[in-house]
Amino acid sequence: MSNNLKLITAPLRKANPVTVLILGICSALAVTAKLKPAIVMALSVTVVTALSNLVISLLRKGIPSKIRIIVQLIVVATLVILVDQFLKAFMYDVSKQLSVFVGLIITNCIVMGRLEAFAMSHRPWESFLDGIGNGLGYGSILVIVAFVRELFGSGTLLGYQVITQGLYDFGYVNNSLMILPPMALIIIGIIIWLQKSEEEK
Amino acid sequence: MMDTLGIFFRSIFIDNMVFAYFLGMCSFLAVSKNVKTSFGLGIAVTFVLIVTLPVNYLLDRYILSAGALSWLSPAFADVSLDFLSFILFIAIIAAIVQILEMVIEKFSPTLYNSLGIFLPLIAVNCAILGASLFMQERHFDTICQSLAYGFGSGLGWLLAIVGMAAIREKIRYSKIPKSLQGTGIAFIITGLMGIAFMAFLGISI
Repeated sequence: MSNNLKLITAPLRKANPVTVLILGICSALAVTAKLKPAIVMALSVTVVTALSNLVISLLRKGIPSKIRIIVQLIVVATLVILVDQFLKAFMYDVSKQLSVFVGLIITNCIVMGRLEAFAMSHRPWESFLDGIGNGLGYGSILVIVAFVRELFGSGTLLGYQVITQGLYDFGYVNNSLMILPPMALIIIGIIIWLQKSEEEK
Repeated sequence: MMDTLGIFFRSIFIDNMVFAYFLGMCSFLAVSKNVKTSFGLGIAVTFVLIVTLPVNYLLDRYILSAGALSWLSPAFADVSLDFLSFILFIAIIAAIVQILEMVIEKFSPTLYNSLGIFLPLIAVNCAILGASLFMQERHFDTICQSLAYGFGSGLGWLLAIVGMAAIREKIRYSKIPKSLQGTGIAFIITGLMGIAFMAFLGISI
């Protein structure tokens, strides 16, 4: 049991896919200007990682190793299409904001990385938990970055005004640099810095 | 013609794959440690983009998008296979990368050896699939435009990774706080380069 629990908790800090393994940066950064799309993206990636880990782990003995990349891609692509259709049906505005980045979950290195490194050699239930853990580890970074960017960039959280009008009257201005894409990279750089310096203590 | 040229230059500088959309970041950060290998990877990515984008364009134009099948029979005019685009695009990309790998291995072993490990990885480089999806979203008119977009995006990616590798080679000699070394500073440099590239935003082509 404790082993299974570790599969979920390890990717949150020690083996975090974004800050430690540097995987899945591609789609992580472009969706973090606002908190809501970031949360949706985090959930979608968690679902896709967990289910694709499960499916590949069930199939692992039947996949010839020469064509495994294509088999993995097809499984992941099918799951991503399901997620995409679901978002289009039930959360159309968010799916418009995410635009191509839902599709890019297919090539998200976290999904492929976990399939190669874990699901190909472990039993289904463990792979499923590993997928959930890694999805959440990725999601936690996404939410932190989106929180900082939305709070300082637009003064809102999840669309609600957080910074009061009084503060603006006093001379406070939103930092519009935070909305621009490059700030996401710099914030992640700082998160990595904090995490590493804490580990060294 | 002007339009095609405009798309080409836009995709190099203004809509740069790395700095404007963060595509292909994983290999960008992992490989940009020295100039020579990153140049090789950049060339390989450009090459794959040049080949895959026109193919995916034809696929989108004549099979996938709404009403595209009407050349087959007018009865198909309101059929849209849009939802299949992810799976078909990625299958085309994976297949082309595989074929390219075999062709290069056969005809130019030296190039194959220098690209070797990167080629299979390109199939899962987000820049390639991303370019196809952006192309689909922007509805280009001709196949030339999609070719220009692929070539430009590839060159933009090449420019970014070579610039980054050059900076990282130099930065080895500077004193950076210990826990910021390696990936931490790489992220921050990419961010700063991105801000520099934003200067192109005001230019309209």
